[in-house]
Amino acid sequence: MSARSAFRSAHTLIAIATCGVLSACEQAPQGSAAPLAAASAAQPARPVAVAFAPPPSSAIPDDAFGVVVRQGEALFRNTPAHAPQYTGNTLSCRNCHLDAGRLADSAPMWAAWVSYPAYRSKNRHVNTFEERLQDCFRFSMNGKAPPSGSPALVALEAYSYWMASGAPTHAVLRGAGYPRLPKPAQGWDYARGQALYTEHCALCHGADGQGLLVEGKPWFPPLWGPQSYNWGAGMSRLDLAAGFIKANMPLGNGNSLSDQQAWDVAYYIDSHERPQDPRYLGSIEATRRQFHDGPYETYGRTVNGHLLGVGSGVSGGSTVTQAARGRTTTTLRD
Amino acid sequence: MRRHGVLTAVLLSGAVAHADAPPPAADASVRPAASSSAALAAQMALAQQIVLHGSPQGAHECAICHGEEGQGKIKAAFPHLAGLPKPYLERQLKHFDALARNNPSMQAIAHKLDDAQIAALATYFSRQVPPPIMSPVTPPPALGEALALRGRDAIPACVTCHGPGGRGLGGALSAAFPPIAGQPAVYLERQLRAWKNGQRPAGLDGLMGAIGKRLSEAEIVAVSQYFAAQPTLAATVATEARP
Ligand code: HEC
Ligand code: HEC
Ligand code: HEC
Ligand code: HEC
Repeated sequence: MSARSAFRSAHTLIAIATCGVLSACEQAPQGSAAPLAAASAAQPARPVAVAFAPPPSSAIPDDAFGVVVRQGEALFRNTPAHAPQYTGNTLSCRNCHLDAGRLADSAPMWAAWVSYPAYRSKNRHVNTFEERLQDCFRFSMNGKAPPSGSPALVALEAYSYWMASGAPTHAVLRGAGYPRLPKPAQGWDYARGQALYTEHCALCHGADGQGLLVEGKPWFPPLWGPQSYNWGAGMSRLDLAAGFIKANMPLGNGNSLSDQQAWDVAYYIDSHERPQDPRYLGSIEATRRQFHDGPYETYGRTVNGHLLGVGSGVSGGSTVTQAARGRTTTTLRD
Repeated sequence: MRRHGVLTAVLLSGAVAHADAPPPAADASVRPAASSSAALAAQMALAQQIVLHGSPQGAHECAICHGEEGQGKIKAAFPHLAGLPKPYLERQLKHFDALARNNPSMQAIAHKLDDAQIAALATYFSRQVPPPIMSPVTPPPALGEALALRGRDAIPACVTCHGPGGRGLGGALSAAFPPIAGQPAVYLERQLRAWKNGQRPAGLDGLMGAIGKRLSEAEIVAVSQYFAAQPTLAATVATEARP
């Protein structure tokens, strides 16, 4: 087991243990971080990370291998166009893994490549890199997992493998994953999050969170609603969303929000409906108990009188059509 | 030239909807309320007076440097003002006035304009048609194109905020992130260096300042040449328009 996956499973074990001891995980996390104290206090420090920089895209070789690497990059940048059969929303991989999967602290693919196979608590077994890719299709892209060995997965693997050229394998690279922020002193709060969203995010992502289409193409990604990631996706967890937002948003000016602000605005975003968890067990309660029992989950919690988890739009593999929702600008011709 | 301008203006009025820049005057026939159009006419007249003859307080006439219709002067690196969103233009004049934006001529001029004159001038220039083509002969460097269309590390692709080809995203977005296509390369370079050196207000949420700080000198030159070579909105609409 790599240092990184050891860190991850330790983290998860503690979280599970805490949930067993405290009834806290049953409650809506709004407004209080106290239940997290035990877990955070016991959290091990992240193992020392190794610095790494991926080669520039211009260095992709001009041979048969390079052709597939480029296919992977194209798929990563514009997923609905290159993998419509596996995509259920208007998102692309690059929306959450910035600079086309190259940017540190946005779960870059070069760092991911060297940390698999790894144990994941999400599905409680050792996952190959390929299976990890399939997961993002099923949940983040609200689509269907491409079959093992399919051209889409081979291209993404080639792209990731190539970006990790020269990286030590079985290592924790600096900038891997999203940063894990310390627990927020004031918990998290919908009203504070809403005010921050209006001030710092709404111009690009829309007051209604539905993003923006330009010339019919996805431009600013939707953050909730039928064209966003579904309830099974990592981004629907507050700790992952807050870490991503802190490091990367507002776009181009990451690390300008305080940790507290990142938690509040993450909570606001993840307090909106999105497509149902594809692992849905027939009731929100059962699904919550089975898959969303952690302290950073909003699924199955009641926020502002609304029980989250009803789902919006189609879950799992409705292919993107021209009718994909979003604001369109009137400035530009079609 | 003028006829072409009018044609483009009509096309523009169909295709463009800047929140604060209603269609250019060529489309006056479909303007609504008479009272608001009277107010507008008064603003346009006030602005035109200053553009051509300067202000009573002694601000120089804008036309000397920016042209009567705000077309700019490429060789002298005077930016075009035509078709830029009204709130953006207003904001810049206030930044010059407050000495927050660093250009001695424009600071002296803005200092001699009051709020009503600034609003009138911003209205006037936002309603002009941008110069159709302001592109140099040599193709822009690949480094500039890469930065514009793909970005690098934590620098997002410029077109993400400035729109396809740097032509803006329209409405409130263009007011925050102005169109930059077809501006003189030297002018663009000067702006990017100003942000790098902390000499121009960083823009909405500090976004442009944060980006400028990370650009290298080579990138500043390359990306400026790239956007200087991009057709403006007017030029694109005119060439893409079908009869
Ligand atoms: C809505 C946002 C979102 C989208 C879209 C998305 N992902 Fe992810 N991805 C995440 C999150 C959240 C994580 C978990 C990050 C962490 O654990 O720190 C993740 C993790 C990963 C990992 C594992 C990273 C690691 O270091 O362990 C891989 C590989 C991955 N994604 C690939 C993809 C691919 C390929 C696509 C496009 C098909 C994609 N993702 C689309 C949000 C997204
Ligand atoms: C200047 C425009 C802009 C602003 C302002 C902005 N974003 Fe983003 N955001 C983007 C873009 C563009 C992407 C996709 C990145 C890419 O594809 O390179 C993105 C991606 C995201 C994502 C991941 C994609 C998804 O669909 O979940 C989240 C979450 C997000 N932004 C949240 C925020 C929050 C919270 C704020 C305010 C604090 C914010 N953004 C401000 C432009 C912006
Ligand atoms: C002596 C020449 C000169 C005159 C006269 C002049 N300008 Fe300027 N103007 C400039 C220069 C040079 C710049 C670029 C400044 C810089 O590099 O920051 C500029 C920039 C501007 C800008 C900012 C453009 C942008 O894209 O951000 C505005 C707005 C502007 N001028 C308005 C006016 C108005 C209105 C008048 C008339 C009242 C006027 N100018 C008269 C030289 C002039
Ligand atoms: C995250 C959004 C964002 C991105 C990405 C972005 N900009 Fe900007 N840009 C802005 C904002 C905001 C302003 C307005 C500043 C103001 O109001 O004075 C601006 C203004 C400008 C201006 C001034 C235009 C004028 O007429 O004076 C230039 C030049 C410019 N940007 C160039 C670039 C270049 C080149 C890139 C890519 C390297 C880029 N921008 C990327 C947000 C952005």
